[in-house]
Amino acid sequence: MPFMSVKFNLQKRVKLAQGLWMFYWLSVIVGISIFSLGIFFKIELRKRSEVMDNSESHLVPNLLILVGMLACGLNAFGGKMCHDALDPIKFSKMKPMLKPFMLLSCGFSMLLLLVALLCFLMQFSIYLTLAEGLKNTIRFYKDTDTPGRCFMKRTLDITQIEFRCCGNNNFRDWFEVQWISNRYLDMSNDVVKDRVLSNVEGKYLMDSVPFSCCNPGSPRPCIQHHLTNNSAHYDYDHRTEELNIWTRGCREAVFSYYSSIMTSIGVLIIITIILESMDVAGLKYLSTSLETMTDPENPECESEGWLLEKGFKETFADVLTKLKTLGRANQVQEGGDAPEVSPP
Amino acid sequence: MAVMKMKFPFQKRVKLAQGLWLLSWCATVAGATTFTLGCLLKTELHRRAEVMDNTDIHIVPNTLMIVGLASLGINYFASKICQDALDAGRFPRWKNFLKPYFAISCFFTVLMLLTVIMSYAMTGSLESSLKVGLRNGIRFYKDTDTPGRCFQKQNIDRLQMEFQCCGNNDFRDWFEVQWISNRYLDFSSKEVKDRIKSNVDGRFLVDGVPFSCCNPSSPRPCIQYQLTNNSAHYNYDYQTEELNIYLRGCREALVNYYMGLMNTIGAGVLSVFLLQVHTVLTAIHLRFLQTAMEAVAGNENTEIETEGYLLEKGVKETIMEYLDPVLKFLLLKNQVQEGETAPVTA
Repeated sequence: MPFMSVKFNLQKRVKLAQGLWMFYWLSVIVGISIFSLGIFFKIELRKRSEVMDNSESHLVPNLLILVGMLACGLNAFGGKMCHDALDPIKFSKMKPMLKPFMLLSCGFSMLLLLVALLCFLMQFSIYLTLAEGLKNTIRFYKDTDTPGRCFMKRTLDITQIEFRCCGNNNFRDWFEVQWISNRYLDMSNDVVKDRVLSNVEGKYLMDSVPFSCCNPGSPRPCIQHHLTNNSAHYDYDHRTEELNIWTRGCREAVFSYYSSIMTSIGVLIIITIILESMDVAGLKYLSTSLETMTDPENPECESEGWLLEKGFKETFADVLTKLKTLGRANQVQEGGDAPEVSPP
Repeated sequence: MAVMKMKFPFQKRVKLAQGLWLLSWCATVAGATTFTLGCLLKTELHRRAEVMDNTDIHIVPNTLMIVGLASLGINYFASKICQDALDAGRFPRWKNFLKPYFAISCFFTVLMLLTVIMSYAMTGSLESSLKVGLRNGIRFYKDTDTPGRCFQKQNIDRLQMEFQCCGNNDFRDWFEVQWISNRYLDFSSKEVKDRIKSNVDGRFLVDGVPFSCCNPSSPRPCIQYQLTNNSAHYNYDYQTEELNIYLRGCREALVNYYMGLMNTIGAGVLSVFLLQVHTVLTAIHLRFLQTAMEAVAGNENTEIETEGYLLEKGVKETIMEYLDPVLKFLLLKNQVQEGETAPVTA
């Protein structure tokens, strides 16, 4: 007793083939969009690789590019098969290819599921990479004369301006590092000497932040130096006043940006999986309805299409026995002759 | 005496109609593109409307949008004519529309070319509008508590950061205005009182610029205050050192940006213009088709060879034929014709 069988006449078969052809081409477009999203994601990661210590993992975008291309190819081939299905000569030629193609599609859906899972899980990896990378970038902000770190300052400034954030967790991260290079410090000055001597490592620490932390939306000209010193500025109380620098940390800001990209890509992949499954089901119906035509010469005859030839449980049992016999193929059968050992 | 007579076998008529139909559809798409380009330009101009004094420059995108829409309609109409052209039964109803179609089509093609020329001619107007707008923006930078000017500071800051510029002509414009609001100045301080007394208008002028003038690419942390005072900063010489603020003025930056945008759009519109000219020229062929079809009208055998011509009478006579109704309308031809009886006065 077939699983979920449906009766088909000529009209229904033609409609099924046409509908399935459109679905396959829709899947090709979705495949193209996955491919382009993969490229977009890769470019976005590359753009900010400096704040991630150049150690970010490109696994997800590479997989997306691969999966996008595979989806395009598979679904274009499927569309072509649907197009040829209603022609009896072409159908008989492609009959042997149907089963492997459907198995391939199922395997591809499994791969898509894996990629969707990765999209959600790799967000943790990006979070940790960002935390580490930002810490280092803030530390090397002042090293604009060290080869390999010349552009850290510029990258971090542009990131802080673009994402409207300051520091790693918040703006106080800038108080803990020396972000003004020694080249621009007058070491003969008493104030400078005091500050440098006031801490163990001899760093020139200030309660100031770089200009890129300034918020243009604040009504007051930016206060970036002596942030905790109320007397340094007129009418200023750093505890009560709304500071006119960004208070959000860059790790949170950049992570939420990447997280939203990855989540939307994940959702798109889940939609693709649903689309793929519908394609495979449709193809199974089409192929079985064409195979079970009672009179192959007469295109207008009735036929039956189904998803599984036997019931669900019986098909499952069949598959299990097949797997078992695959494993036992090498053993000698009971009652069979033992392999003869020919004397030399 | 007809102008440019040509023989038209059936095949040639078919090919002509098909070619024209395709060309009209291409021109329709091109018209839609022109409209989109006009919308884009208008959006970009609108985004920076706060730093522009007047909206004179908006005539360029407005004209582009009108021309795009008109071209869309005209070419769609032309493709409809071509579709019906070979059907002798359906063609005659379009006969009355062909003359106005030519006139309107020529008018909008010329208008397209004028728009491109206008975009270059209006550079001066754009620049003066930006000059006044930016000057006001810088003057009202500090007025973040005055209704209507609350967002000047934010707009100017974002503008300077995005276009990598400082001030109107250059960063020295900030030295001439008070850009720190009185709310944040300590009037009991001697330094503040000195500065205010030092100029006629009683303004607090500093040789400093806002933070948005800072250049992130500079290796040194931003020096934005006391720019002309060498002793205020270590290892700093105002005259020789490469300043770590943007040196370019915002007016120059904005004019360059908009001119670049209009050049790109102008190139696109010029290619659409060429396509449109091509379509009009082929519409002249349509005229041939029309005259050829007129010879077929009433004849049962549609596959006969017919003659087509450009103008039925000579050029002068045709021009007079077009102008007559216009002149009569303007009451310039109210004269009584020779030999006619004078109008009877009651």
